[in-house]
Amino acid sequence: MNILVAISRVPDTATKIIIGPDGKSIDEKGVKFIINPYDEFALEEGLRLKEKFGGTVVTITVGPEASKEVIRSALAMGADRAVLIKTDGFFDSFFTAKNIANYAKQFNPDIIFFGRQSVDFDSLSVPSMVAEFLGIPAITIVSKLTIDGKKVIAERDIIGGKEVVETTLPCVISAQKGLNEPRYPKLPDILKAKNKPIEEIEPQPVAPKIEILGMEVPLRSRKNKIVGDSDEEIAEIVRLLHEEAKII
Amino acid sequence: MKKILVYLESADNKLKRVSYELITAGKQLASKTSAELVGVAFNASPDALYTAKEYGLTKSYRVTSPLFSTYSPSLYSKAIVQLIRQNGFDLMLFPAHTYGFELASRISADLEASYASDCIALDFVDGNLIVKKPVYAGKSQINVKLLGEIKVCSLRPNVFTATPSQTDELVIEEFAPEVTETDRKELVVNTLKNEGKLDVLEADIVVSGGRGIKGPENYHLIETLANLLGGAVGASRAVVDAGWRPHSEQVGQTGKTVSPTLYVACGISGAIQHLAGMSSSKYILAINKDKDAPIFKVADYGIVGDLFTVIPKLIENIKKYKE
Ligand SMILES: Cc1cc2nc3c(=O)[nH]c(=O)nc-3n(C[C@H](O)[C@H](O)[C@H](O)COP(=O)(O)OP(=O)(O)OC[C@H]3O[C@@H](n4cnc5c(N)ncnc54)[C@H](O)[C@@H]3O)c2cc1C
Ligand SMILES: Nc1ncnc2c1ncn2[C@@H]1O[C@H](COP(=O)(O)O)[C@@H](O)[C@H]1O
Repeated sequence: MNILVAISRVPDTATKIIIGPDGKSIDEKGVKFIINPYDEFALEEGLRLKEKFGGTVVTITVGPEASKEVIRSALAMGADRAVLIKTDGFFDSFFTAKNIANYAKQFNPDIIFFGRQSVDFDSLSVPSMVAEFLGIPAITIVSKLTIDGKKVIAERDIIGGKEVVETTLPCVISAQKGLNEPRYPKLPDILKAKNKPIEEIEPQPVAPKIEILGMEVPLRSRKNKIVGDSDEEIAEIVRLLHEEAKII
Repeated sequence: MKKILVYLESADNKLKRVSYELITAGKQLASKTSAELVGVAFNASPDALYTAKEYGLTKSYRVTSPLFSTYSPSLYSKAIVQLIRQNGFDLMLFPAHTYGFELASRISADLEASYASDCIALDFVDGNLIVKKPVYAGKSQINVKLLGEIKVCSLRPNVFTATPSQTDELVIEEFAPEVTETDRKELVVNTLKNEGKLDVLEADIVVSGGRGIKGPENYHLIETLANLLGGAVGASRAVVDAGWRPHSEQVGQTGKTVSPTLYVACGISGAIQHLAGMSSSKYILAINKDKDAPIFKVADYGIVGDLFTVIPKLIENIKKYKE
């Protein structure tokens, strides 16, 4: 089985966001970058498929040279090799999807795993875009996956419940939390990962589809009326919910 | 902008609330640019579609072929792309939820269009479509200009207000896309509804519990408060990881992002990953026994105290208003 897993490099979820001097992006000074948390579920699922059916797991990342650090952690988890489509500066989802699809056309994956969303721009768009470029099915936000021959059965979250969706390989799957429990690499795996190849590919230039005009920290002034737990104080809060917020 | 297409979804012989929100947002843009606003719906009854008159929609396409009886992203997007090409639409609006994300992404890839997802504001300035979109889990937001001729946006539910504006006539036109069975690449074989439960994504009020609730046996407090307010029950990750509540109720970075009118956080500390999922709520009420809990920093209203005594008192007081 040829298994492709898209890995994006994102700031640690606990990062305090400070806007950089260009006013359009974050100040990366002191920011710790990690594998996008959802992509760990994607990679784990790919590794389990390989363990079951045999094959090769290749990760693909669109990003700067510095992405190699998170790529090494993906290799330590067990991917066989990695591809880095090296890009500096701003690029949009269309660019990412186009370039991942280009690579997929030559690698011919049976299945491509993504995370549900990249926790930087939270777009939830790249998996479906890649599927469309390749003309293959996609099931996104998957929390349970079964593969039987060419048949794929996936459970995924929708508003108010879940649905079970069937399709066939080759296909795109995007991983939701709960799909599996990602493994922690052990020291020998981390050492082994140092010798695994990272292939660098020049991106196909694609004209940007969007332009970021500016980034801002949302200004939300909260009333911040904090009280104690006496009967009077609680009654007062309920009165405010009624009169100010008009919810009761 | 010449022609704007809004994706409409029906439920219980009405349209979903987010569809009315999309119509209002679409109308505002249309009036700024003298564009035409048209809807498209799959499997909606005419009666459901006619409710859009109350929000000022004057025309909608309706796709009824049995092939479309269940949702498939590859099939639906192919049909919508045909509709766009035949009629020259240049802006498409989708709801930012599972289906909408899939359709908007596929359609923008197919048409090589400019796409902005999960928008919380739209504006037309000097001939350009400018949108606002939260990034880094809502810790910041970007203003984005969509560059191409053809544009696609998905809009976050509950953020845009649906404003009634009655029209006399809504023209419904049947649309029969040229597709076959093989275009349906994904097949929904089963839908498991959380029976009788309101989803946090659709609720106007969300009441969530955190580790402070101590155990699943105490969750009835959260449920009673939620029911009384007509809201949905949510949870922090600590509660979901402990197995007290299902993941479908988790609010936060690795759960759902909600923006209800009121969010009530009970026994939740307010970790940055939890705030990511609820900080765009209109009003936030926090109940926590620790006066220094970070949740109070983002709260409109806060009660410092033991939730086991505070929630029953809250319920008692709210009942007085309900009567
Ligand atoms: C990658 C990543 C993703 C994450 N995603 C999410 C996510 O999606 N959602 C999420 O919620 N978290 C998420 N987290 C976890 C997050 O960091 C916190 O650990 C979690 O939100 C804590 O849950 P909590 O507030 O219920 O528990 P705690 O932090 O333990 O807080 C419990 C609170 O209850 C109060 N309390 C205790 N007893 C009482 C009482 N009797 N009366 C009143 N108050 C009381 C305490 O003062 C305390 O403030 C994520 C973490 C990571 C690293
Ligand atoms: N720059 C990137 N490089 C590789 N994969 C990416 C990149 N951006 C997004 N992805 C993949 O697409 C998924 C969804 O991302 P997004 O559509 O940006 O929210 C992520 O979880 C990754 O699997």
